[in-house]
Amino acid sequence: MDITSNYFEIFGLPIGYEVDLDLLAERYRGLQRQFHPDKYADKPAREQRLAEQYASILNQAYSELKSPLQRAQYLLHLKGVDAAGDATITRDPSFLMEQMALREALSEVRDAADPFEALAQIADDASGHYLGLQKRFTGYMKSDEIQDALETVAKMQFYSKLLKEVTALEHELDE
Amino acid sequence: MVLLQISEPGQSPEPHQRRRAVGIDLGTTNSLVATVRSGTPETLPDDKDCHLLPSVVHYAADGTVTVGHDAQSRATEDTLNTLASIKRFMGRGTADVKMLGSQLPYELVAGDSGMPNFRTVAGHVSPVAASAEILRVLADRAESALDGPLDGAVITVPAYFDEAQRQATKDAATLAGIKVLRLLNEPTAAAVAYGLDQGGEGIIAVYDLGGGTFDISILRLSHGVFEVLATGGDSALGGDDFDHAIAEWCCEQAGLGTNLDPGQQRQLMAVARQAKETLADQVEIGITVSGWQGRLDRETLNRLADPLIEKTLRACRRTLRDAELTPKDISAVVMVGGSTRMLRVREVVAETFSREPMVDIDPDCVVAIGAAIQADVLVGNKPGDEMLLLDVIPLSLGLETMGGLMEKIIHRNTTIPVAKAQDFTTYKDGQTAMAIHVLQGERELISDCRSLARFELRGIPPMVAGAAKIRVKFQVDADGLLNVSAKELNSGVEAHIEVKPSYGLNDEEVTRMLRESYTHARDDMQLRALREQQVEADRLYEDLSSAMSQDGRTLLNDKEYHCLEVALADLKQVRDSTSHREIARHIEMVSKTSEEFAARRMNASIKKALAGHSLDELDRDI
Repeated sequence: MDITSNYFEIFGLPIGYEVDLDLLAERYRGLQRQFHPDKYADKPAREQRLAEQYASILNQAYSELKSPLQRAQYLLHLKGVDAAGDATITRDPSFLMEQMALREALSEVRDAADPFEALAQIADDASGHYLGLQKRFTGYMKSDEIQDALETVAKMQFYSKLLKEVTALEHELDE
Repeated sequence: MVLLQISEPGQSPEPHQRRRAVGIDLGTTNSLVATVRSGTPETLPDDKDCHLLPSVVHYAADGTVTVGHDAQSRATEDTLNTLASIKRFMGRGTADVKMLGSQLPYELVAGDSGMPNFRTVAGHVSPVAASAEILRVLADRAESALDGPLDGAVITVPAYFDEAQRQATKDAATLAGIKVLRLLNEPTAAAVAYGLDQGGEGIIAVYDLGGGTFDISILRLSHGVFEVLATGGDSALGGDDFDHAIAEWCCEQAGLGTNLDPGQQRQLMAVARQAKETLADQVEIGITVSGWQGRLDRETLNRLADPLIEKTLRACRRTLRDAELTPKDISAVVMVGGSTRMLRVREVVAETFSREPMVDIDPDCVVAIGAAIQADVLVGNKPGDEMLLLDVIPLSLGLETMGGLMEKIIHRNTTIPVAKAQDFTTYKDGQTAMAIHVLQGERELISDCRSLARFELRGIPPMVAGAAKIRVKFQVDADGLLNVSAKELNSGVEAHIEVKPSYGLNDEEVTRMLRESYTHARDDMQLRALREQQVEADRLYEDLSSAMSQDGRTLLNDKEYHCLEVALADLKQVRDSTSHREIARHIEMVSKTSEEFAARRMNASIKKALAGHSLDELDRDI
């Protein structure tokens, strides 16, 4: 077996967007318990290095499958489509409107009466949209509509980034 | 029916002898060594039954070095030659140290590699060398308690320590002649110390306020696996800062100026620390400084402490957000570090997490105890143990890109070990070299990040701009130490660097210092090296023989099997030679020959693990 071939196979999971995250976590821990370098600490250096490589791959596979965005990108990558770049743009007017509205709201947070509350509102809003996109992505992948799936991932990228900015702003407001 | 095992006198009935492993907590204020004996982890005392070794080193004019209480007692009279809080200087550049404040009672000089050295009557001393003295005393203590040389140690570092600080710590251990099994993050060690006692599950927050650093780590404990979810803190905030705040208050009250001599400063700090510790039991204390007499009550202490405690809470909130959790998700809070003895700290933490923090294990010992448990597992004394620690890197690692910006390759809170690659290209026609600048930090501008290393990929064949494809690979090992390599994919030109941070010691320095220390050392270096290689040879022989008898016939063809048999026989013979180099050469040879076999065994066990999965699935379906 070639461990680099497919992240889903490593964890013995069916290839697809819907993943049982608890099962994934359980299998990840099970495999790390076998292959982590700590389990080879009293073994020869070469075996330790090998264990380090295996554990690195497990960590990478786990973190990509765990993340809703990276999992989507990885599935497209398996289909031979690069979805990790910024190449795809969308012309969906309602998405662009929503995008502008959220950006504007984010830039006004500092002036809000309760900045934390305002931020929480934006985060809720963005999370809702993000989840909706994930559902749509599942559908597109099932019916093999790759172009639509790709556009959906581009939109997911926006929300994922926005949610990160929300956290960063929260950190800043706390200083 | 069970046959009783009969052992001859003097023979152990156990096939494997227990190996001697310790956990060492190299602290800012105090250091400790612990080990697991008869299944129980315990800290080891010195001959006066003291467990804590003050992290203080004194250098005398005749070159005599004293460590611990004896050194501490000279701090006031011989301030400049008595080094304390050395950990704050580990892996730091001269510029960083200036930021530590103006109250430094030492004379610092620039060392060979830009690292500040202390000027003492016995010459210039690097923080690494001073730390090595402390480590050596602890190792000696353990070796006499365990009746023999150590097989290895787990040494703890604050989770927030960057690459340079970790490397400096490892260098100090090497200098002290200690084999490092693992550098372990202090909060993780504390969670281990508690986790195994309680056999718990859930999310643990570890609040670690030491003498010089504050760490907060959030971990998930599940079936013996400790998974660090996020870690944060402040590498320049600790109990010392509370002492400083009290000392400043005393200065103000007593009308003392800021121009105190080093001896007065030390005395003032000692008084402040005493006051802080006493106020854990009393509501008020009398203070006498340079002729001034006054009183400090708990309320005033709280007022002085609160801004500092609030700083720790900010780090807690930030780290929880990074873990995508809120305080109510936390099922246990573990307190670590002497400074968590302060009642105010406990109060505020209890309030923040809405639960009483755990303080059952002495906060000064808990880290060393956790490290000892981990060392016991790593050295192989507990085969089949379920425990596993999955730690993260505390700060992002990346490269300098155009415009002086930092491009992150590995983000903070990524589980280690980890390997990541990123492709870059040339921006000029005919460009034949590319400078690679490795950075650590969270900020956008490289001037706000720590520079770890610079190297150059040369010999790229001339091409038009953008045609070359340069893959830069970052690898972080389980100790959190970084390796970077760069390769031009069209031509295969390669460059590689083991990141020895600018502030760490370079290899030559370590070798030189090792040589110097060995001239005076009790142990003969040659003998030590020989013994180490023999142990390694025995280990390899044992492992490979047993692997071959298990899987050799199924995974190797006749020729491969025979090859390995011959290599093993050679190794066994050479093992008894007196040349450690010869043994090392054979170890390397056998390892290389058996590499493919090791890889096949790994793959076979993955297959087995996956076969287990399909069984699970069957169970689920039924």
